[in-house]
Amino acid sequence: MTWILANLGLLGERLLAHLGQALPPIVLAFVLAIPIAKLANSRGWLRGGLTAGAGLLYAVPSLPLFIVLPIVLGTGIRSSVNIIVALTIYGLALMVPSASEALRSVSGSTLQSATAQGYAPFARFWSVELPLAGPALVAGLRVVAVSTVSLVTVGGVLGVPSLGMLFVDGFQRNITAEILSGIVLTAALAVALDLLIVLGGRLLLPWAHSRTGGGR
Amino acid sequence: MIRFDHVGKTYPDGTTAVEDFSLTVDSHASVVLVGTSGSGKTTLMRMVNRMVDPTSGRVLIDDEDVAAMDPVKLRRRIGYVMQASGLLPHRTVAENVATVPHLEGVSRRRSRSRALALLEMVGLDHKLGDRYPSQLSGGQQQRVGVARALAADPNILLMDEPFGAVDPIVRAELQKELLRLQSELGKTILFVTHDIDEAFLLGEKVVILKPGGVVAQEGTPSQILADPADDFVETFVGSGRGKRALHLEEVDGRQVVVDESGRPTGVLHAAPESRS
Repeated sequence: MTWILANLGLLGERLLAHLGQALPPIVLAFVLAIPIAKLANSRGWLRGGLTAGAGLLYAVPSLPLFIVLPIVLGTGIRSSVNIIVALTIYGLALMVPSASEALRSVSGSTLQSATAQGYAPFARFWSVELPLAGPALVAGLRVVAVSTVSLVTVGGVLGVPSLGMLFVDGFQRNITAEILSGIVLTAALAVALDLLIVLGGRLLLPWAHSRTGGGR
Repeated sequence: MIRFDHVGKTYPDGTTAVEDFSLTVDSHASVVLVGTSGSGKTTLMRMVNRMVDPTSGRVLIDDEDVAAMDPVKLRRRIGYVMQASGLLPHRTVAENVATVPHLEGVSRRRSRSRALALLEMVGLDHKLGDRYPSQLSGGQQQRVGVARALAADPNILLMDEPFGAVDPIVRAELQKELLRLQSELGKTILFVTHDIDEAFLLGEKVVILKPGGVVAQEGTPSQILADPADDFVETFVGSGRGKRALHLEEVDGRQVVVDESGRPTGVLHAAPESRS
């Protein structure tokens, strides 16, 4: 406890750095996955390839990727850009198959009906297909968010500041409180983001939660 | 007026949905295309609003080739009702009805008040306007589908088996309601169904289709019943099976109508008033 109280400033700093590395890949993976999934769904062969490719991508061990990326990108090994790029790749590996499924889950007859009412193709995608894929997209995003928050910690091993650094440092200096606070804060951050996404989903997709009742 | 001028549809894989079909639907008339699956009836209907483009021939609306029209604009001025309503599940009932006015940029308030009035017109409480479609019964959803199709006050209504997915009692209600609406509004209606009874009830003119969009017979319900063109039509309308070959028997001084198998099906009254 005394260690925590004496190091509140450090904990806050690490938490913010962690969030700063987790949020961009989560947002990027989500935003990029949708057009990729849409494109993949329109070409059968591409969809199969992408789903398989995404699985393989996720199997690449994270630590080597963090080390190789600076060489490819020309960034310093401790730059948080590496983390963001690597985690966006992992995020995409999770999000593309999930977005592809989400878009495919939208009923074809609803889409045809929208076309028949006079929706132009992009308007139909933006205001019919995307919102209807919303609940499944949110489910995918939750997995990406939690996975990304936990993967950010790996950067700590390389000396990129994040909550992960707390347990690396705690192990080296044998400070149990530091290790524990790193683990607890990482988990708490993941849970908090997950809750925010669920709440955001409820606000944006109110229709998905009003399936009760019924008329005659 | 809608005119099909020798239209055909062959898909890239070589299957032919419609071979060579011609038909004129007069303005303010209701014409029913009736046929089994594979008769190309839905394909033909979708040629009118360019959901399907014919591979040969033309479809004309008021003598204008639809192929030359912008499909999105064309669809907004044609009402379309489909089976299982096709309502947007993420929009409230009122928003669904206001779909086309909304797309056309009519203000939210004006399109909403129009939507609520339309709900009343199709026999629904306007309080249902703020519900989501999933909170309505199947019959109510179909009514909303009809209200939505009427929202932009189109001259033409396309109805693709709109009452196919509801139970018989609700279907009869909806059919009656459509007849009432049509007598008030006088739209040009092209209706597709596989149910010959529905076709005879709703169509001033009925077109019986064989597979491939081949017209087996075209005429008023009485013409078709009185003089079926061939065995196919006879079987299709059921007169060949004796279902419609009725005769009278007198029971206790009243005229009872009996079908060919001897089953009493009704009592004969004076001639009913003809429908307006």
